[in-house]
Order: sequence, then C-alpha cells, then structure tokens
Amino acid sequence: MISTWNPPAPDGDMAGEELLVAFDRGRDLRLLICPAWFDEANKLRRFTLEVMRRLDRAGVDCLLPDLPGCNESLAPLERQTLEGWRAAMTAAAEALRATHVLAIRAGALVAPPALPGWHYAAQSGPKLLRGMIRARTIAAREAGLAETSEALMAEGRAQGLTLGGWTIGPAMFAALEMAEPALAPGQSDLAQSAIGGPGLWLRAEPGEDAAQADRLAGRIVQSLAGAPA
Amino acid sequence: MTVSHNLDGAALDLELKGLIADVLGLDPEQAQALGPDSGLFGHLPELDSMAVAGLLTEMEDRLGIVIEDDDVDGEMLETYGALRAFAEAKLGGC
Repeated sequence: MISTWNPPAPDGDMAGEELLVAFDRGRDLRLLICPAWFDEANKLRRFTLEVMRRLDRAGVDCLLPDLPGCNESLAPLERQTLEGWRAAMTAAAEALRATHVLAIRAGALVAPPALPGWHYAAQSGPKLLRGMIRARTIAAREAGLAETSEALMAEGRAQGLTLGGWTIGPAMFAALEMAEPALAPGQSDLAQSAIGGPGLWLRAEPGEDAAQADRLAGRIVQSLAGAPA
Repeated sequence: MTVSHNLDGAALDLELKGLIADVLGLDPEQAQALGPDSGLFGHLPELDSMAVAGLLTEMEDRLGIVIEDDDVDGEMLETYGALRAFAEAKLGGC
C-alpha cells in the first residue's frame, strides 16, 4: 500500500524518491489524488483514505503521492513552488500511469490538466492564504504581539512566511496570491453542497464522515460509469 | 456557498450555530443549546487560532461579510452572544 515514485529533480540532480499511498492492482482505471494542502491536509487525510478505500472496492486504483516537502518527503518545504508542485503532480500522473484525477481543496491548483476528473470543494490560493494569515494574527494577538495581515503579506512576498507551522517560500507565497483553480477539459467541480454535510476541513480537529466518503466515492464511480457527474 | 444578506435574527442564529456545529463537529441539537453566555475561544480547547480563522473565513462566505484584522479581538470571540452581536453589526452595516 505504501509505494514510491521518482519525481524529476528541478535542478537536474539525481531524482529524489517520494512516497505514495496506493491501492494499485493494475486495473484500467487509475485515479491520481492531489491532496489538500497544509493544515487541511491533516484534517482531510483520513477522509481522503476512506474515499480511496471505497474506490478500491469499486474497482478503481487510487494513487496518493505526497506533495514534495510534505509528509515523509525529503525535499525542503520552504523551497517548494506552485509550478514545482504542478510539475510534480504531472510527473506523478505519468510515472503512475494515472487515467483520472481527483483534486481535493487546494489540490485543484496543481491538478494535471491532461487528466479528466474532479475538483472536490476546490480552494483558491488567496482564500487559503487569508485563512492561514488570519490564524497567525489571532495567535499573535493572544500572545500580545501586534501583527497585521498587510505586514505579513508583504513579508511573505519578500522573504516567505511560516503559517501554522508550514514554511512557505516567497515564490510559493506570491504565486498563491493569484492562484485560482481552473477546470481543464474533462474535469468538473464537485462542490461540498453536492456531497452534503459539513466540509471536514472546517473541523477544529481532524474527523471523518463515512456517509460523505460514501457519497464522494459514489459520485466518482457513477461518473466513471458514464452517468453525468 | 450561500450568501444571505437579509438574515433576520432567527436565520442568523441558525447560520451561526450551524457553522459552529460544523467547526466543532457538534450535532445540530448540541449547537442549538448554545446560549449568549456559552464560551467559545479560550473556553473550548479544540477552538484554537487555526479553527477560529476557519470559522471567521466561513462566516465571511456564508454571511457575505468582510472581517478585518481590527474587527477580531478576544471579546468578540469569547462567547456565542458576542460573536452573534458582531455578525449582526456587520450585517447591519452592509
């Protein structure tokens, strides 16, 4: 279930090795999962795996690579860029022979455009940053420090910023300020309202919801079988 | 996201309690039991700064308001009643 793949090294060095969670039984349908980012990645990790288990049972191979710099990746997070993550997900799609993509929340920002698939509750870069910056200003205020969103944004652009414990480099930060998820041909939105229930990324603590996992996996299976999504 | 500009008191209550239930993973009945003096930030260990930030960002989306840095203080987040009063004031100012 835990496997590895080799992303291309950005500077032409020897390629590093990244881990992935895979339900890989060599079937025709192979779904690449672009996971949620940062804090949302933790909150949605279990849900993501629950959806993958259901799809596996329904006959779909599921491949969940780490974003470089996250989880067990050896790459330093502060050196990651939006373009780099896009390239990594596209490389993962090729290396793992994915036929479809399921992008979750900000994962939609890096979904390989060549693959048909779904953006689940897609999140934009500005909203992602806004939430994380706000968490930092609230924490700072509690600690008696005066930090403003504006000053933090300027700092993020100039030298990068640590938000919620995640070190975001200046290039990633600047790119996120403009990044909007875009549906490529063959891709469609799956809004939370279509799944029903509260989005699990909203939870203060990581949670799970079997009924939501059933519905998300069900929509994908239905859509793969040719029914409208 | 639902953006509702013309919320009366009961509808605002429903939205806000629903939102807090979503964030805290409460059942709707538990959320309905929230009263003006029910403690939020600083009273509930799971409601840390990240969760509060999520709550405020979602409030912006669902209520169609914009919350500035200066709006956010300990008092406004301390109790359910204070948060509701804040939302009411923001909606009234639209």
